[in-house]
Amino acid sequence: MIDKTVRTAAAAVSDVRDGASIMIGGFGTAGIPSELIDALIDQGARDLTIVNNNAGNGEIGLAALLKAKRVHKIICSFPRQTDSHVFDALYRAGEIELELVPQGNLAERIRAAGAGIGAFFTPTGYGTLLAAGKETRVIDGRNYVLEHPIHADFALIKAERGDRWGNLVYRKTARNFGPIMASAAKCSIVQVREIVPLGTLDPEVIVTPGIFVQRVVAIDNAE
Amino acid sequence: MIRYTREQMATRVARDIPEGAYVNLGIGLPTMVANFLPTEREIFLHSENGLLGMGPTPAPGFEDPDLINAGKQPVTLLTGGAYFHHADSFAMMRGGHLDICVLGAFQVSVGGDLANWHTGEPDAIPAVGGAMDLAIGAKNVYVMMDHLTKSGESKIVARCTYPVTGLSCVDRIYTDLAVIDITSGGLRVVEIVGGLTFDELQRMTGVPLARSSAAAQ
Repeated sequence: MIDKTVRTAAAAVSDVRDGASIMIGGFGTAGIPSELIDALIDQGARDLTIVNNNAGNGEIGLAALLKAKRVHKIICSFPRQTDSHVFDALYRAGEIELELVPQGNLAERIRAAGAGIGAFFTPTGYGTLLAAGKETRVIDGRNYVLEHPIHADFALIKAERGDRWGNLVYRKTARNFGPIMASAAKCSIVQVREIVPLGTLDPEVIVTPGIFVQRVVAIDNAE
Repeated sequence: MIRYTREQMATRVARDIPEGAYVNLGIGLPTMVANFLPTEREIFLHSENGLLGMGPTPAPGFEDPDLINAGKQPVTLLTGGAYFHHADSFAMMRGGHLDICVLGAFQVSVGGDLANWHTGEPDAIPAVGGAMDLAIGAKNVYVMMDHLTKSGESKIVARCTYPVTGLSCVDRIYTDLAVIDITSGGLRVVEIVGGLTFDELQRMTGVPLARSSAAAQ
């Protein structure tokens, strides 16, 4: 019998090694898998490459991971926030590497990895600093930039409900990068508010089929 | 000098958004346009983080931390709205499905180049978000910005000196002094704030302006 559910967040992240690449879902604080991040901090893996839309807010979650000096490089689209002081300080001190990626490229590069695409041409960023050094092509009279997939060893994702086969549904704008990161990472770890019996999730509305998911852990936040 | 207020600018942009349009309002000043959309028109507001049919700010106490906009502010969802993931969201933007996006800017060039993501300061921490995707993807790109910098320089320029967001992508500029179309034949002034002459506007703007056939003056 297949059961992808895992008892605890600690167990879910126990095999993350130093130097791992980890995609973390979330846009702002919506959909951030806070408990999985906390478990990762406790677990101690370092020299991590992190993929997230932002670079942490305040002092908790991803910011706490950065503050604990576990992150060697971050790949994101919008690190600078009113409360991104942890990232800002590390960046100014040269202690963290940043790869800045337009948000649509970030999404499509992650999707491409999960979809087995080798590389793709996008009009985004043509003629800008972020296309510097990249191959370009004119296709049907329009300028495009060649972009490559972003793969990862792990993805930490927050969803709303999951079952033992790994099928997932999300909640409102907490969905964001979850479904694409789930497909792109070798090992997708998902925290859900509730694990439900097989068959509870209507097949018509499953957003992430379980084929993309390796581990599901139930974490019911009080808030 | 008389200028349009922020509310007047937002009202003016909103007037140009037809019923049924799929619209993305960039963070900052453009978000004010949502407050002035004519209530009798059904207009679909898209938010890059995965919603269509974005509604107004919720009443205090009804905020849902899982329901936010691109600026990380709490919003609501209109009846008929939908949620989707990031690849789909940017497919809508990059694939030409949005009718209009409204963006802020540091500079716009006569050729419609847009600079709005980086000040060019060597110390600045860079951040780009979805600006580059919106700039090249939307069918119509409207810029809302002050006509002049704080030191009185024109923000409409011959060539952008700030790092660009997109090339040849802006269609219309709404400033606190005028509404200006960018055409293959150059900049065409559609409207000027009352009390300002065309010649005064031309003097303040660094680049050649022409009156559009619809201009009042």
